[in-house]
Amino acid sequence: MTDLYIWAVIAILGVGTYLIRFSFLGLIGGKDLPPWALRHLRYTAVAVLPGLVAPLVLWPDATGGEVDPARLCAAVVTFGVGMMTRNVIAAILCGGITLFALIRGLGAY
Amino acid sequence: MPDATPKSHYWMGFRAALPFLLVVFPFGLLFGVVATEAGLTTFQTLAFSSVAFAGASQFAALQLMVDNAPVLIVIATALAVNLRMAMYSASLSLWLGKAPLWQRALAAFVIVDQSYAVSINTFEDTPNLTIGQRMAFYAGSVSPICPMWLVATALGVWVGDGIPAWMALDFAVPICFLAIIAPMMRTLAHMLAAVTSILCALLLAGLPYNLGLLVAAVVAMSVGAQVELWAERRGAA
Repeated sequence: MTDLYIWAVIAILGVGTYLIRFSFLGLIGGKDLPPWALRHLRYTAVAVLPGLVAPLVLWPDATGGEVDPARLCAAVVTFGVGMMTRNVIAAILCGGITLFALIRGLGAY
Repeated sequence: MPDATPKSHYWMGFRAALPFLLVVFPFGLLFGVVATEAGLTTFQTLAFSSVAFAGASQFAALQLMVDNAPVLIVIATALAVNLRMAMYSASLSLWLGKAPLWQRALAAFVIVDQSYAVSINTFEDTPNLTIGQRMAFYAGSVSPICPMWLVATALGVWVGDGIPAWMALDFAVPICFLAIIAPMMRTLAHMLAAVTSILCALLLAGLPYNLGLLVAAVVAMSVGAQVELWAERRGAA
């Protein structure tokens, strides 16, 4: 990684992210959006984040890409608690405890 | 309470956002650790956190940078992760759109998941707030989170390798995302979009530079939109 590469990513990502954030709030103000656009935008978060996480859960770098029971269980517990309680903090705590308990219990790292 | 001062609305927003520090702190800490491990200098890491100011996309970018992916691919992937903020921006514009441009320009810079969520909830619950009161609440809701993100990043840089491997910090990111995603499963459309995203991302994991994730995201968004249309038609029939 060269310095130029790192700074290019930081600068372009910074400008691009700002433009995304500024987009509607800055340019459109209080006007309405076409329904089809809103309908797609509504699913942006659930379309991107699960796909980002899935490989990290199934094939973690820490185990060299092997499926790891401790991490898999922790992921299921986090998601399950999150869905049932809708409480981000409870989900993180339960997932973290599961991970540590299993890592210790299974003797993995 | 439409007659309260902007100042009191600022503190209402501030208090509403305080619990999120529990999530923002480890997330920022981890970014400092991971960025330093990847070879970024302290200055670069802090610049990254303050200029981009979007945790999830910073991790996504960093992961690709370690693989030496081309700049365009890094940017495209990270921006795809941030696209949800266009939705936040659109939805905030309904409530803050009449504020002066300079205020909207500042507000846009600090749009984050948590502040957006508490602000929209409050605006919808108390629709008779003035524009000044809404802006004050929003400013309050970002005030605890923004500085903490930078402090936590700096602390992560400083602690660095001092965090032992058994703490499995590598898994803090998936756990954090899973905890944020889980409450989003509000409707069948959201769930099917998430399942589509997972299946496509896993099936296309072999594609270079995370292109699979971009394809998965586009397909999943269309699935969500189509299921919503179908559910509406069924509800109407």
